[in-house]
Amino acid sequence: MLERLSGWGRHPVVEAQQSFSEDLASITEDASLTRGLARSYGDSSLPLPGARAANSTRADRILSFCDDTGVLRVEAGFTLEEMVRVFLPRRWVTPVTPGTQFVTVGGMVASDVHGKNHHVEGCFGQHVLSLRLRVADGRILEIGPENEPHLFCATIGGMGLTGHILEVVMQMKRVSSPWIYGESERVESLEELVGKLRSASAEWPYTMSWVDSMQRGKSLGRGIVMKGRWADAHEAPSDPPAEKKRLEFPVDFPGWVLAPWSMRAFNLAYFYKHVPRQKRGILHPLTFFYPLDIVGQWNRVYGKRGFVQYQCVLPVDGDSELCRRFFETLSRAKVGSFLTVVKDCGAEGRGMLSFPRPGISVALDLPMRGEDTQAAVDALNEVVLSSGGRIYLAKDSLTRPDHFTEMEGDRLTEWNRVRRLWDPSGRIKSAQSVRLLGDES
Amino acid sequence: MNVVFLGATKGMGRALSRLMAERGDRLFLMGRDVEELRAAVRDLDARSPGEENSNEECVAVCDLLDGSSFGPAFDKAVDLLRDIDTVVVTAGVFGTQDAIESDSDLRDRILQGNFVGTIQFCEEARRRLLERGGGRLCVFSSVAGEKGRKPVVIYGATKAGLTKYLDGLDARYHGEGLRVILVKPGFVKTGMTEGLDPPPFAGEVGPVAASVLRAIDKEKAEVYVPGIWRLVMTAIRMLPKQVMRKIKF
Repeated sequence: MLERLSGWGRHPVVEAQQSFSEDLASITEDASLTRGLARSYGDSSLPLPGARAANSTRADRILSFCDDTGVLRVEAGFTLEEMVRVFLPRRWVTPVTPGTQFVTVGGMVASDVHGKNHHVEGCFGQHVLSLRLRVADGRILEIGPENEPHLFCATIGGMGLTGHILEVVMQMKRVSSPWIYGESERVESLEELVGKLRSASAEWPYTMSWVDSMQRGKSLGRGIVMKGRWADAHEAPSDPPAEKKRLEFPVDFPGWVLAPWSMRAFNLAYFYKHVPRQKRGILHPLTFFYPLDIVGQWNRVYGKRGFVQYQCVLPVDGDSELCRRFFETLSRAKVGSFLTVVKDCGAEGRGMLSFPRPGISVALDLPMRGEDTQAAVDALNEVVLSSGGRIYLAKDSLTRPDHFTEMEGDRLTEWNRVRRLWDPSGRIKSAQSVRLLGDES
Repeated sequence: MNVVFLGATKGMGRALSRLMAERGDRLFLMGRDVEELRAAVRDLDARSPGEENSNEECVAVCDLLDGSSFGPAFDKAVDLLRDIDTVVVTAGVFGTQDAIESDSDLRDRILQGNFVGTIQFCEEARRRLLERGGGRLCVFSSVAGEKGRKPVVIYGATKAGLTKYLDGLDARYHGEGLRVILVKPGFVKTGMTEGLDPPPFAGEVGPVAASVLRAIDKEKAEVYVPGIWRLVMTAIRMLPKQVMRKIKF
């Protein structure tokens, strides 16, 4: 049965098949790709038109957990939402979390997700102890840093293209309380933002910033820098954080709602709502880590045409000139970013094709407006390419293959070599790998 | 609650058993595959608030197609849980009429499992519950038992029979303390309905499990999940045979 499948950005859409089962091993046997909650934004989780993907979300069991060591073994479809719900009250958390809890652990490995603490903890893959993987010839292997290390490192951040991830063993982290102590501060310019972000990261485990990217000139880059850490037991409330009610976004917004004026208004409101200039206090962990999760289906705000996320890392060290060039390129584009997030990244991890590297990462939400959006992504990619930066595959749907190949260089060659070693005939592929990596369609 | 659960390894049973374990209910799982049962117990153990992590013994092989497996399974459950106050049955055998056309073995398994097997299992449960002065018996029948329809001729008939049996059980033994909770799921997205085109009002296992647990706690005699299916079936029951011959549903 053909279904219309898409990622979280709702663009592109592919007519393909997906099968669900509690028994993930059985449905991955002849599937071309495994997908989970499809929270990657672009085409990473999409099979080719007509092809079949296995969906992991029903394979969601906890296989073992040791309360002394914090080692957790789960099936790939186990979600971060469940992990938070079950383990946060016991003060165990994932060492690395992305900005939504509606992802599967298998997806977290495939995208090698990072979070507000990248400068301290690195990517999720740093905390993965081993994987159970079905490779293209059908065999099921237990891999880790000691066992098939090349395949292991190619699978972390390998976008599900090296095999079907069936199980994940990871190291959880003990926290002092299930609450967050946070501070946030308004900044007036890009220079101040990058500076404050860097100094905050020297002291805080969690940092990120939101930027009003509708501004130009002197106030370009003004925004809010946010910092946080797990609260100490004595400063936290004695109750565990209550579960949050979710609102559902009922309809697709018509296209005109996201016009430049409304985006400017939203960004202005968000900036000026932050009074006084500095705030501090105890925060609900879900508010701190997953502010957008409160509204289910928030992607509908972009209407039926969908949107693209664009995230790159710029190898900025110290001065923010490169960031300014990036944002000026963005302001010349015909589409604006509704929501812009800036974060400093720490060292590279073990994933051979993982996204983060030292520098400043910028994430944009761009409405899908055909050629205009493509032109914006092309222009931004030129800046990234010339600076030696790279883009995040989990967000991408519009990058051109030549841009990508040039950005990745030897890394991509080496990753491809490992991938082909395990899948010489190219059985496992996605719409993204066909678009960017030259896989046969 | 001390619960005997037949069918907790998959679908709605998996979701419902998790809700029970997470609030501290003690469970004994029955099913066909002992390895699957043990994996399910480990999952439930990790979710349960209690410290003791050694419930792997709390499983017994039990097959709706093999009536002789029921008694020993219950014996073991009583042995380990001591007092059983709740029995839940989510297991069943599904097949569309199209599938049965080419598979007479499937037809027999549906007839045997959903009608004969499930009723024999419930009889065992009823006896055990009444011995201790009563308890809850929660059984998943189906809206398919409400009206003879094209896609589920045999399956619907077995569920109709099961529903009537449970109605009778409630009438006869309510006074002795037996609380029958008859669950009528509409279309819910599970492995059972995999490959079928979901109709409007198709349900998700999470919310469905939560409503069933509320029904068990309140000892509601009958519950449709999702609730909207009560209305849907009221309308469908009124359709004359001439119409049922025409529509695909």
